[in-house]
Amino acid sequence: MKKVIEVESLSVFYENNQAVKDISFQAEKGRLIGIVGPNGAGKSTLIKAILGLEKAQGKVRVLGEKVNDVRKQISYVPQRNQIDWDFPVLVEDVVMMGRFTHIPWYKKAGKKDLEIVIESLEKVGMLEYRKRQIGELSGGQQQRVFIARALAQHADLFFLDEPFVGIDVTSEEIIINLLREIKNEGKTVFVVHHDLSKVEQYFDELLLINKELVEYGEVKNVYKPDILSKTYKGSITLFGNDENIMVVSE
Amino acid sequence: MSNITMFIDQVMRYSYLQQALIAAILVGIICGVIGCFIILRGMALMGDAISHAVLPGVVIAYMIGVSFFIGATITGVLTALAIGYVSQNSRIKDDSAIGIMFTAAFALGIVLITGLRGTGVDLWHILFGNVLAVSRSDLMVTVGIGAFVLLMIIIFYRPLLLSTFDPVMAKATGVPVQLVHYLLMLLLSLVTVASLKTVGIVLVVAMLITPGATAYLLTDRLPVMLGLSALFGVIAAIGGMYYSVIYDVASGASIVLVASVLFGLAFFFSPKQGVITRKWRAKKVQRA
Repeated sequence: MKKVIEVESLSVFYENNQAVKDISFQAEKGRLIGIVGPNGAGKSTLIKAILGLEKAQGKVRVLGEKVNDVRKQISYVPQRNQIDWDFPVLVEDVVMMGRFTHIPWYKKAGKKDLEIVIESLEKVGMLEYRKRQIGELSGGQQQRVFIARALAQHADLFFLDEPFVGIDVTSEEIIINLLREIKNEGKTVFVVHHDLSKVEQYFDELLLINKELVEYGEVKNVYKPDILSKTYKGSITLFGNDENIMVVSE
Repeated sequence: MSNITMFIDQVMRYSYLQQALIAAILVGIICGVIGCFIILRGMALMGDAISHAVLPGVVIAYMIGVSFFIGATITGVLTALAIGYVSQNSRIKDDSAIGIMFTAAFALGIVLITGLRGTGVDLWHILFGNVLAVSRSDLMVTVGIGAFVLLMIIIFYRPLLLSTFDPVMAKATGVPVQLVHYLLMLLLSLVTVASLKTVGIVLVVAMLITPGATAYLLTDRLPVMLGLSALFGVIAAIGGMYYSVIYDVASGASIVLVASVLFGLAFFFSPKQGVITRKWRAKKVQRA
């Protein structure tokens, strides 16, 4: 099986602490992977380091190449609080940004780009909102617009930073179904996620981290009380046995 | 009404007034366009900084006898680089780095200028503009800069938009965000140079921020905001020149005041964002 991501002893240092400690793993194509861990575990930092957006030590190969050579194949959805929602762009303008990697600098966006934008908005159920300013939407709708932008990019690798934070149930369902669809097309999806509920239903694999890698593998193999409590170090309480885990977080 | 005909009459009659008016209109357009990006990036202070930082460049260029526009561009960009260097290589935050570097550059310019006493560089004119002294060659420089700036904005519109709206996504998909930042700083320095005679170093920040902010209150689309901002810049230029000619007051400051009045109108009465319009709408909803 072809490896889409190869990470070897990746570390990120901040002034006087280490946000990511010596993480190594290899991920395969066509998987939906949750990056899970408590607050401050370095989940966002890890994906930024993989994408070369954060000064890091260690080796990273993306799609078998250096990340700088495959950037057009990478789609990234930021945390919602990173965005200025008063920015003067409409829903369709945001989704069109996903097409920018495909349009040469001397050309305007074409008919095909517009078709892809509309198709992507349809997929997330936001077509009727295309002329709205992005600040006028609910949190879940905003997140769906950003998913549509990622879809419009026609990338091979998707990185989503906490896409399920503060959104409604309908949006969450639409998004997770789309991510599964993307995965079934043979693409790879990484999702930073801090909430343990539903982790079992959502992901194929889990990358459990708390600054260092605790465990990486199939959900059914790593979603175990001992591994979870090692990851969360006492910030959660676990009930039940291996087959049936109930998590109470603080 | 007779004032307006008098103004038109004077403009028709005196070529220096025509040049002044054309220069002011061009400055209104390019400041308005660049200003939109400055506002959306939360860089108003940076705009102020770069505009002040061109002062030593202007003076040094005068001393060694090269075009002041080269000197100004160099010190403007150098200051932008220095600000980035200080904030990235120490615990000093961006706004403090800006405060330190631009005042240093500005002070250097003032020291140089006072050392050059009697040489014809007029500090007052550089600081506050003297639009009536716009020469033909000044106008040519302004036209050249204006064309270059607008061309760069058109070519780099998408990278500028993306790196302003979502810098992390921009970087992740391969937009050279840092380079875009310095390109914007270069354009900012050029715009300041172009505005030197019209509004001067101290007031150029108003032409960068105020028309853009006015437009920001009136639209939800960036292309429209850019157009409106340029339009308000032009209205301010013409209105300011009018008051300056008719009432014989400082032109740069008049231009800025007209821009400020436009902002005030939008702030209170913008259909969607206006303070008074919103209150009025809320009342209507309550009654219904």
